[in-house]
Amino acid sequence: MTETIPVTDPRVARAVELVNREAELLDRTEYHGWEKLFTEDGIYVIPIDRDTDDFAGSLNMVYDDARMRQMRIARMTEGYALAAVDSARTVRTVSRFVPESVSDNEVVLRSAQILVAYKRGNHDLWAADLVHRIQLSPEGARIALKVVRLVNSDEAVPAAGFLL
Amino acid sequence: MTENASVPADFAESDRVAARLYTDPEIFEREMTQIFERSWVWVAHESELAQPGNFKSTYVGRQPVIVTRDRKGTLHTMLNRCRHRGASLCEKPSGKANGFTCPYHAWSYGLDGKLRGIPYPDGYEGVLEKGELSLKKLRTESYGGMVFATFDEDAESLEDFLGDAKLWIDRFMKQGGGYPIKVLGKHQFKFRGNWKIQLENTTDGYHFPIVHRSWMASVDAETADMMSFMTDPSAITHSLGNGHSVMQMVPEHSDLDVDDGTEPLQGRFDHVVAELSKTLDEAQVRKVVRAMHGTGFNLNLFPNVSMSAAFFRVLRPISVNETLIEHVAIGPDGPPELDIVNRERMRIHEHFQGPFGFGTPDDAEGWDRVQRGAHGGPDLPILVNRGLAREKASPEGWPTSHVTDETGMRAAYAQWKEMMGDD
Repeated sequence: MTETIPVTDPRVARAVELVNREAELLDRTEYHGWEKLFTEDGIYVIPIDRDTDDFAGSLNMVYDDARMRQMRIARMTEGYALAAVDSARTVRTVSRFVPESVSDNEVVLRSAQILVAYKRGNHDLWAADLVHRIQLSPEGARIALKVVRLVNSDEAVPAAGFLL
Repeated sequence: MTENASVPADFAESDRVAARLYTDPEIFEREMTQIFERSWVWVAHESELAQPGNFKSTYVGRQPVIVTRDRKGTLHTMLNRCRHRGASLCEKPSGKANGFTCPYHAWSYGLDGKLRGIPYPDGYEGVLEKGELSLKKLRTESYGGMVFATFDEDAESLEDFLGDAKLWIDRFMKQGGGYPIKVLGKHQFKFRGNWKIQLENTTDGYHFPIVHRSWMASVDAETADMMSFMTDPSAITHSLGNGHSVMQMVPEHSDLDVDDGTEPLQGRFDHVVAELSKTLDEAQVRKVVRAMHGTGFNLNLFPNVSMSAAFFRVLRPISVNETLIEHVAIGPDGPPELDIVNRERMRIHEHFQGPFGFGTPDDAEGWDRVQRGAHGGPDLPILVNRGLAREKASPEGWPTSHVTDETGMRAAYAQWKEMMGDD
C-alpha cells in the first residue's frame, strides 16, 4: 500500500481551498469568477458513463474545453436562456477529501459533493464523486481537470439551469 | 369521467385542445390503456440489439419490458416480470445474456421468453404447465432499423401504421452517409409536465428562435444560418396520417442523396475532412460530413418517438405531470476511420441536448411553465390553430403548412382523439 497523503499537506490544503472556493462561486452563480479558476486548457466534464476516462470517445452531459466553457458562461449570464434566468437555487457541500497524488506542481484530489437544488417548491438532490486535477504555481492554484461523476449519471436527471 | 366513457369530443377539436389534457389524472390513466397499450410504441434501434443474446430493458407506456434478439436473430419484446410472483427479471439497461433468471426463486426464461426451468419442480406436479407460463410477449416489428412493440394482438401491421412516414424514415437513415446508423449514447432527463407537451415540441418550429436564442448565439454563423427557417417559405410541415408528421427545417437536407455539389461543407468540420480524406474518397467524405447535423427534418411518430435531425427523441410518460425523455445520439456504423465523425457528432449532440445542453434545459423550462400555467383557467383552451388558414394539401395529399405552423400538433391530436374516443 502506498503511503497515505495527509490533507494537512500544504499543497493539498491549497487544492482543498480552491475546491471550496469553486463550490461557493457556483452556488452564487458567479460564473465569470469560476472560469478564472481553470487553466487555459482546463477541461470540465460530467460524464454519463461513470467508469470511463475516455471522455472524447463517449457521450457526456458536459465536456467543455475553454471555448465551450466560455460559451456556456455567456449562455448562463447573458439573460436569454430561460433555464438559467429562472434557475434553481443551489447549496452544495464538498467534503470527504482524499488526495490521490501530490507533487509540487500538481494535486489530484478526490471528494464527494452533495448539492441540493431548490426551485418552485421542489428540492432535488444531486450526489456526485468529484475529481479535481489542480495545477500549483507561484501565481496560484488552477483547475486543469474537473470530473463530476453523478451517482445516477446513467439515468434521468432534471434538466438543469445551474452547474455542478 | 367514468371508466368506459369516451373523452368528450370537444376535448380535442381541430384548432384547440382542453387544458385538462395536460392535468387530468383520469385522462392520463385512459391514455395509458387506450394509446400506450394499443399503439405501436418505439422500444429500440436495431443497433442496440446487434448480436444474438443482446437485450435492452425499457418501457411500453408504464410497463417494464425487455427487448431481446434470440439465437435465430428474431427480436422479442416481453414484460420484464416473472410469471411466478411478479419480480422484475432484468435491472440492467442493456447487455448480453443467454436468458433471464428470476433472482427470487430462480425461475429461468430463454431469450424468446419461454419458461425453461423451475427449481424443485416436484411441488408443481399436477398444478403447472411450463408451456403456459412464458413471459408475456408483445408483438414486435421493425422498419428501417426502428423497433416497435404493441400489446394489441389485432393492431394493423407496423408498416401500415407508419404509412407515408416510411419514406421519411428511409430518408432519415441516409445520414449514415452510405453506412448503417448506430446508437452512440443517450441523454436522459425528466421534466415536471405532461407527455403531450413534449410530443408537441418536436413539431414546434415556432418556439425555436425564442427559446433557443442562447444556443443560436453560441454556434457558428453557418449553423445559425442553417436553422434560420422562420421566414423561409420552403420550410414546411406535412401531416402524414395516423398522428405522424414531418417538419422540414432545412429542406435542402431533407433528402441527403440530392446534392448538386454547390453547397460548401461547413468550415467547422475542416479537421474532419482532412482526417477522413486520408482514407476515403472525396465523394464519401462529402456525404458523411454534409450529414454531420443529420437530416433537415424532424419526423414525429405518434405516440413516443421523434427522429429529430441527428438523434432520436423518445418520451416516456410517468404520471400526468411527469415525463422522462431520452435524447439518443446516432452516427454512421462504419470502419474505425469514422470515429472522428462520431466524436464530432457527440460534441454537436452535447452542445444542444441533454440535461446540461444549451437547448434542452430551456425547452424543459418552457414545458414546466406550460404544466404550471395550464392549471389556470381550466375552461380556457390550448391553441393549436397557427397556420390553419394557410394549410393546404401537398401534391402527395398531405395537409401542409409552414414549418412554424401547428400542423403536426393537429395531426397528433387527431390521432389522440381517434384512439381515446374508440371503445
